Amino acid sequence: MIADTATSAHSAPPASPASAHAPAPRVVPARYWGQWIAAVVLLVFVLGFVGLIASSKNVQWSAIPRYLFDPTILDGIRLTLVFTVLSMLISTVAGVVLATLRMAHNPVLSGFSHLYIWFFRGTPLLVQIIFWFNIQLFIPSLGIGSFHVETNTLISAFTAALLALSLNEAAYMAEIVRGGLLAVDKGQAEAATALGYTPFQTLTRIVLPQALRVIVPPVGNQTISMLKTTSLVSVVAAQDLLTRVQNIYATNFLIIELLLVASIWYLVMTTVASLLQSWLERRLGQSVSEPPLVMRLMRNLMSAVGSKG
Amino acid sequence: MSDILNLQSPASLGPSTFPGSDRPMVEAHGVRKTFGSLEVLSGIDMTVSRGEVACILGPSGSGKSTFLRCINHLEKLSAGRILVDGELIGYREKNGRLHEMKKPQLALQRREIGMVFQRFNLFPHLTVLGNIIQAPMLIRGEKREGAVRRAHALLDMVDLRQKADAYPQQLSGGQQQRVAIARALAMNPKLMLFDEPTSALDPELVGEVLAVMKRLANEGMTMIVVTHEMGFAREVADRVIFMDGGVVVEEGPPAEVLDRPRHERTRTFLRRVR
Ligand SMILES: Nc1ncnc2c1ncn2[C@@H]1O[C@H](COP(=O)(O)OP(=O)(O)OP(=O)(O)O)[C@@H](O)[C@H]1O
Ligand SMILES: [Mg+2]
Repeated sequence: MIADTATSAHSAPPASPASAHAPAPRVVPARYWGQWIAAVVLLVFVLGFVGLIASSKNVQWSAIPRYLFDPTILDGIRLTLVFTVLSMLISTVAGVVLATLRMAHNPVLSGFSHLYIWFFRGTPLLVQIIFWFNIQLFIPSLGIGSFHVETNTLISAFTAALLALSLNEAAYMAEIVRGGLLAVDKGQAEAATALGYTPFQTLTRIVLPQALRVIVPPVGNQTISMLKTTSLVSVVAAQDLLTRVQNIYATNFLIIELLLVASIWYLVMTTVASLLQSWLERRLGQSVSEPPLVMRLMRNLMSAVGSKG
Repeated sequence: MSDILNLQSPASLGPSTFPGSDRPMVEAHGVRKTFGSLEVLSGIDMTVSRGEVACILGPSGSGKSTFLRCINHLEKLSAGRILVDGELIGYREKNGRLHEMKKPQLALQRREIGMVFQRFNLFPHLTVLGNIIQAPMLIRGEKREGAVRRAHALLDMVDLRQKADAYPQQLSGGQQQRVAIARALAMNPKLMLFDEPTSALDPELVGEVLAVMKRLANEGMTMIVVTHEMGFAREVADRVIFMDGGVVVEEGPPAEVLDRPRHERTRTFLRRVR
């Protein structure tokens, strides 16, 4: 069709100025029939699968709304959020420390950081969670002098889970922070050094605030992924959302129904987190006339700290 | 303006009215620097007096930047010693031995030496004002009001009084470099080092930066300036130092070195830059 107009235009005599004003030939958009066929096939399969599940006699659909706002479930959500927020906070601080150690001149310090990252990224988180939960096998009690505490009472399921999540995440965070630090122009640290900043002042006042621009987006991704990763702590019954769901279906056997309830909540949490993240990244991106949000946040924070000190 | 700069010995008072003021500001003795097997500085001896403006010229790769960076110990010397205002830089002499200083101690020495870089290196996350007041507040522990007042005076001096709240990326190169000069001056340095401060600038912006530097020189600041600006060297420098291959080839008043160079290498270089 397009080819038709093209050939006719080709065989026509050279256009005179008058014919330039003639109505333009109708353009017929190209249609990709193959893609349409694939789309229909896909739709049939998806609808069929959903229909199969929806029409199943073995799923009590009415149980889902009944459990969606169950106080136990809501409390589980609270714990999942607590695990996510706390482990992200702890691992960010630990990640900054590990990243600076990694860049230290002392081979023992940088070697430790290297080894840490290698170990915690190279072993399954599930195993690490179980390990911390069973730490009393290695260290039965902690104490100084006559004061002793049973490790068992110190390391509850909650602390074991939080420890495992944080220490594991710290390894990933260290790499993210290191990438951010390396992305800052060397001239910045040099200018600070020449002004008389100590290495610590250079890091905290000059390099880290600038590294934030690079660090914030991947940290957002890690946080979203952490919302779901926390479900692994159910293996030590740490009372997160998945643990609660498992506790309930252990008594009433509504396994699929309750897993769907959990999935709905995980989706809600990750969606909200994604929206927050894209909002934050949009704000980070505007740097034409206005300094990006993190920089302004840092500045306000710094001046607040500065006016106190 | 000398009260802004707070120079300990303004040139107008003459060198003999202050104790120790006949002591040179910078003394370099046999400074050597090697990177791996490459010897970049092969024994530099140099003395810069209080209030003197010394311009260093030389072809690319001759070690000008490296020497400047040795003065505030951004580079560790391989041999030789540098004294600023009589104080050994980077080392402490004890029982006939030189003990390398730790970084926080080095930071104390660097506060006294201002440096201006070719690529400005302003802190992009801070406003112009923030760039100027952060070091005095953080490092010297100055009160905010005092630091801000001084920053405004310095901004006046570099003709940027309206730009205090701008961010570096909103300024032209010439404006950024003038802020960088103000930032260095805010620490009350005894000595200012300039490493090709106008080389990264569009030609029409060079003049405004040189004007500020000239003003500073007239105030009696001791300055070591690596530059390719012959006009500035001729007009402002008390002494021109020509470096090539890691040594000082010749030095003297600008009229001598620039117009009647004694060495063939200097002549070749000057022919090329003109
Ligand atoms: N950190 C470093 N590691 C290895 N070599 C270096 C380093 N810094 C400088 N050099 C080398 O030292 C030599 C002198 O460099 P320097 O920057 O001092 O020259 P320059 O006179 O300032 O030149 P230009 O006019 O190009 O700035 C060059 O050959 C350079 O490659
Ligand atoms: Mg150079």
